[in-house]
Amino acid sequence: MSTTAAPVPGASREQLDRLEEHWGERPSLRAWLTTVDHKKIGRRYLVTAGLFFALAGLSALAMRTQLARPEAGLLSPQEYNQLFTMHGTAMIFLFATPMLFGFGNFLVPLLIGARDMAFPKLNALGYWIFLFAGLFMWASLPFGAAPNAGWFAYVPLTGQQQTPGLHMDVYSLGLLFLGIATAAGSINFIVTALKLRAPGMSLNRVPLFVWAIVATGFMVIFALPALNLDNAMLFLDRRFGTHFFDPEAGGNVLLWQHLFWIFGHPDVYIIVMPALGIVSAVLPAFTRRGVVGYVLVVFAIVAISIISFGVWVHHMFATGLPRLSYSFFSAASTIITIPSGIQIFAWLATMLLGRLVVRVPLLFVIGFIVTFVLGGFTGTMFALTVFDQQVTDSYFVVAHFHYVLVGGAVFPILAAVYYWLPKITGRMYHEGLGRWAFWLVFAGMHVTFFPMHLYGLFGMPRRVYTYPSEPGWDAWNLVSTVGSYLLAVGLLLVLAGVVHAIRRGRPAPPDPWGGDTLEWSTDSPPKPYNFAVLPQVHSLHPTWDESSRESMGAGAEADRVLADGRRTLLTSELDGRRERVVEMPASSWQPLLLALAMLLFFTAMLFAWYPVAAVAAVAVAGTVATWLWPPRRPERELGVSA
Amino acid sequence: MSGGVRAATGTAALTTELPVGRSTGWWGMVMFVVTEATLFACLLGSYFYLRFQFGAQWPPPGIAPPTLLKPLVMTAVLLPSSLPVIWAEHGIRRGQRWRLRTGLAATFLLGATFLALQANEYAEKLREFTLTTNAYGSLFYVITGFHGLHVLVGLTMIGWLLAASLRGGSFGAHRHDRVRNAAIYWHFVDLVWVAILFTIYLSPRL
Repeated sequence: MSTTAAPVPGASREQLDRLEEHWGERPSLRAWLTTVDHKKIGRRYLVTAGLFFALAGLSALAMRTQLARPEAGLLSPQEYNQLFTMHGTAMIFLFATPMLFGFGNFLVPLLIGARDMAFPKLNALGYWIFLFAGLFMWASLPFGAAPNAGWFAYVPLTGQQQTPGLHMDVYSLGLLFLGIATAAGSINFIVTALKLRAPGMSLNRVPLFVWAIVATGFMVIFALPALNLDNAMLFLDRRFGTHFFDPEAGGNVLLWQHLFWIFGHPDVYIIVMPALGIVSAVLPAFTRRGVVGYVLVVFAIVAISIISFGVWVHHMFATGLPRLSYSFFSAASTIITIPSGIQIFAWLATMLLGRLVVRVPLLFVIGFIVTFVLGGFTGTMFALTVFDQQVTDSYFVVAHFHYVLVGGAVFPILAAVYYWLPKITGRMYHEGLGRWAFWLVFAGMHVTFFPMHLYGLFGMPRRVYTYPSEPGWDAWNLVSTVGSYLLAVGLLLVLAGVVHAIRRGRPAPPDPWGGDTLEWSTDSPPKPYNFAVLPQVHSLHPTWDESSRESMGAGAEADRVLADGRRTLLTSELDGRRERVVEMPASSWQPLLLALAMLLFFTAMLFAWYPVAAVAAVAVAGTVATWLWPPRRPERELGVSA
Repeated sequence: MSGGVRAATGTAALTTELPVGRSTGWWGMVMFVVTEATLFACLLGSYFYLRFQFGAQWPPPGIAPPTLLKPLVMTAVLLPSSLPVIWAEHGIRRGQRWRLRTGLAATFLLGATFLALQANEYAEKLREFTLTTNAYGSLFYVITGFHGLHVLVGLTMIGWLLAASLRGGSFGAHRHDRVRNAAIYWHFVDLVWVAILFTIYLSPRL
């Protein structure tokens, strides 16, 4: 358990040169546009998701300013509707998940001791699609054509008659476009974690963050199709006159809600799960011990991902479904608190039994536990159908899910920003600035959202652009608005801290925290090939364990250097036994071209240029066909007999 | 150990001789098929949801219950189309390129026949109802059309494999991951048709 300096490289000077030659990229515009390096892609995900976070946050600030006093006229109802829809949609789809996928992209190969993701080109494609889909949706705002019927987009409000114009077409097409990136990213995480782990990393030695992101990946591949289908049917109903949601012609409006929440509730865990993984990754370094109850926490992660598919109707307790179904979903919603509780108690026990090192990442983790538990508390209240029916569509609900999502996702993300900033940028942040940021964010968050519980219980409905003066509403709304500015200042300090670290921060050592996972046993920032010698893992905490560390230094073996090409190791799914060496793809234009062709397709669909869409579809197929075209090899290597 | 012996008997040399364990491509394709299968499950689930919310008479008044002869012929064409591709895959695992080419061509023909039959089925149905007639029409064309699109994608993959195998230098006993992955997709497209046959054509008669 020592803070190691740079590991003694087990590779020779000559091998390092060859690794550099195969993996390194000279900075140029071409290299920038064609790279498949998971670290660069991960950084881009983080920066782009941060940008969308800022845009969605500014939308919220505009809304809070409008709501500071009753009957205010700062925003028109139309502007308010677009801002509040884009706020929700962007926070959920363009910030939370991509930000956590950004950390996943940067960290998963480093955590499991690999040199890249399983599908590096697919990874690059995922980033470009995410960027283009985000721009596709935000670009509609300046034209007054942004989605305007809430991030949940309930029919019949979102039908062609009630919401004419491009608004909801931007929503459905934008999310379908983005969905390609999310599904591709998830499959990539799952396969990477199954096949690319360092030799010796059997399933019981997989870091909790990797478990969390794999569970997330599985939730995405089962949940996202429901949303995609929903959006496809909405688009067909609006554009081509189908009748899926039209009761007059045999359709049903509740079909939208069912499919939306079959996706939507797992999505809460899709957002929160990797964030919980971050907490489990940060804690060992600042408590100087492993997370208590590793097996139980893994069990909780798996249990939550399964049960999360059985609770969706608790979003629909006010729609008049049969009472029996309410009982089932009420019970499932109560049961899911058990694995969630297991995780919370595991973290508390870790802090109790460990020696606390109070630095900014730990502060954010503690802030997370406090806030998330409060959000979980109101969550169990909703599991009671009768209570749910009383407060549904009031600000109480808004308070609840901001406690869950700001507490459960934003705080861990900020902990991760400070924790891995030295690894990502190679620079240390300013501790004092970070503490100020924490206290402002923490105070701002609670001052903004706690009063929402109150005026929600006092009967203030959500999704309104203004409100009449009522006792108990006016003053608390003003408090919320003041809090939101406080929160904004705190977040600005986080940004200032990151910029300060990059510009002025002192150089970070490979392992500034004495962390336990493999990323801390390589340089800050890591070399393009991540590890000069791929590690042989002997425990759950490889950086704290002598033999795992030595496997990269004095105990290095030549068959884990793999310097004769762009290579990494495949291992077996369960035991992490060595299987074979694989060649990894080098940089390529194809991901960018494919994403551009898809952007053209979705833009053409939006503006009803169907011949252009057909051309774009052919371009997509053509790019995929060349991407996967097998290289020509000599007959002897192929093994051909006839 | 001298350099030459070491290079020939080291772990790297031994494990690259023949594929060991499942490839990343295999896992990627399986995960892709899983998420696609979920999409079809949602689609067919929506069919039953709308049907049972609708009322007693299904298909709605004005639309006759679907006839069975043509869809059964389509099934008889599509289901066996998985066999030649399996035969082709087993062939190329032994390095027999002629089996790969013959098998892929047979599957391609069967798949194309299926699409032609479906076009014929549409021509007939369109005289009775369209996508915009009512929710039944929307479900019928979107479900079968979405499956037809999958058959088209599968056919493109099979055709693409066939083109690559005709070029030479593409596949052999040691390199056939792409054949295997495309075959998985084709089997999936095949099996989904059974669920669609049951939902669209058989279930209204239950």
